Amino acid sequence: MSASVENRSWYKRNEIAVTPWLFLLPGIAFFALYVIIPIFQSFWISFHEWDGLGEKTWVGLGNYERLLGGDRKFEVSFWNNVKWLVLYLLAIPMGLFISLLLNQTVRGIRLYKSLFFFPFVISQVVVGLVFSWFYLPGDQGLLNVVLGTIGLGPYNILGQPGSATYGIIAAGLWPQTAYCMILYLTGLNAVDPEQVEAARLDGAKGHKMLWYVIIPQLKPATFIAFVVTIIGALRSFDFIAVMTNGGPFGSTRVLSFYMFEESLSEFGFRMGYGAAIAVVLFFIMLFFITYFLWSMYQDEKGAR
Amino acid sequence: MFPTPIEKTSRTWQISYQVMLPIVLIIWLLPLIAVAIFSIKPDGDFVEGNFWGIPSSFEGFTNYGKVFFESDMPRYLLNSVMITVPTVIGCIILSSMTGFALGIYRFRGNLLIFFMFIAGNFVPFQILMVPVRDLTLGLGLYDTKLGLILFHVAFQTGFCTLFMRNFIRALPFPLIEAARVEGVAEWRIFVFVVLPLMKPALAALAVLIFTFIWNDYFWAIVLTQGPDAQPVTAGITSFNSQFRAAYHLMSAGSIVAALPPVAMFFLMQKHFIAGLTLGAVK
Repeated sequence: MSASVENRSWYKRNEIAVTPWLFLLPGIAFFALYVIIPIFQSFWISFHEWDGLGEKTWVGLGNYERLLGGDRKFEVSFWNNVKWLVLYLLAIPMGLFISLLLNQTVRGIRLYKSLFFFPFVISQVVVGLVFSWFYLPGDQGLLNVVLGTIGLGPYNILGQPGSATYGIIAAGLWPQTAYCMILYLTGLNAVDPEQVEAARLDGAKGHKMLWYVIIPQLKPATFIAFVVTIIGALRSFDFIAVMTNGGPFGSTRVLSFYMFEESLSEFGFRMGYGAAIAVVLFFIMLFFITYFLWSMYQDEKGAR
Repeated sequence: MFPTPIEKTSRTWQISYQVMLPIVLIIWLLPLIAVAIFSIKPDGDFVEGNFWGIPSSFEGFTNYGKVFFESDMPRYLLNSVMITVPTVIGCIILSSMTGFALGIYRFRGNLLIFFMFIAGNFVPFQILMVPVRDLTLGLGLYDTKLGLILFHVAFQTGFCTLFMRNFIRALPFPLIEAARVEGVAEWRIFVFVVLPLMKPALAALAVLIFTFIWNDYFWAIVLTQGPDAQPVTAGITSFNSQFRAAYHLMSAGSIVAALPPVAMFFLMQKHFIAGLTLGAVK
């Protein structure tokens, strides 16, 4: 590296400025091609009527007018999404509860923790199947057998429009609770033992200790649990496709499922209409994404 | 430590805790236990309506044998492996580079690009569906493993970049400065200084991405069809229509499909959890 300044190549002189862009190039190119550009394409397609093969016909806001102007399937899907969002958040306190239960150092506790976490590792398709057999009507389903012993049921949870969505959400809560549990277990590990001892000396106990000392220290874990749960709720698709395929009578549709159905179902490819549904879902998600990014940005500023 | 360590509590509470743990665990895993029992039952039990009683005979070998030798399951499993492994490798290569660029260098637009990766990673899949399917068709890659791999690599790069960048951020920066003073070329710093330090992050991401991709269902049904390219998550549904209402076979098939990520998790638990917490919770 003894070359004089003039002899050094342009690259050498600008190495620090150029290198990051060279390293970023393949990643950005790929990500742009498959993620960023398709988002805008979907917006564009949503202004058209399109069967996926022939010419696109410009319909302006037509798809949105149809969608928001009293499409029953859309309304059902939207309200189911709201149910998913609200009920899925139960995974956070449930996960916290189990993590508190397991945050001990008895023999074999590591194995217990892994086994409790187990459901998260299994694919949602399999979890969905497992639960649909668990819910089988009459005495075929284990749930009804168990409920029968205490004199309840039998219920046909997935067969009734009134209960099917809740049955699916319960199945979804199973792995999601496991995820939140593991977040909190790692978080509890990092809780400052001195603060806990100090609080104990001050007479803090039980739920007061939990609320005023422990939960504030678990804030990073709670944030991530919140992020992954919201995203998980809005992405719910696999469970519905596997457990009820939208039924009975379309009562378990959510936006992501309705969009898929409109664009790629056997009833014909309505890509334009599907794209419009996707755009609505995107805007719901964008609301949360903005909040997440804003929080992360605050952290970044603090780190500098 | 919170809650109060069990050793410091009364003897009765200690014993009840020890007794309670296995009971709670069994309740927690009940749906899974049910499927495991299904999978070793003989066909006749279901015909006779003996769904939850004691299996009249142990047919585990017969049932799992059928899954492996009389269905397309092995092909689907192989497809899954051939989709998952290249995706993991591709993601790791791309994101260690982007993570390095965003974690080490200060330049205009750094944070903007970083946030673009994060935001893209949170987007609902459905908004990508129609264009990505179109793109894949256009490239002649519809219903091929490569088509799925390319998309997965691109999409997961968002999450992986977030993870890698945060990890590299936490590395001791003086190390890189020292290398620069020595006149080491930037790409050599990446290969010889940063990469060796990233081993734990690489391992964490590898297990995590393996699980995500193995368990993917949505893109499998959007971009592939049929046993030539479909991974096992999508294959299980056609498997189930082949053995409609044959619960013993369907549950054996599900267990086989679910097993690889489970094995991965138990082997690489520490890395897996480090990955899931996004490195943000230490």
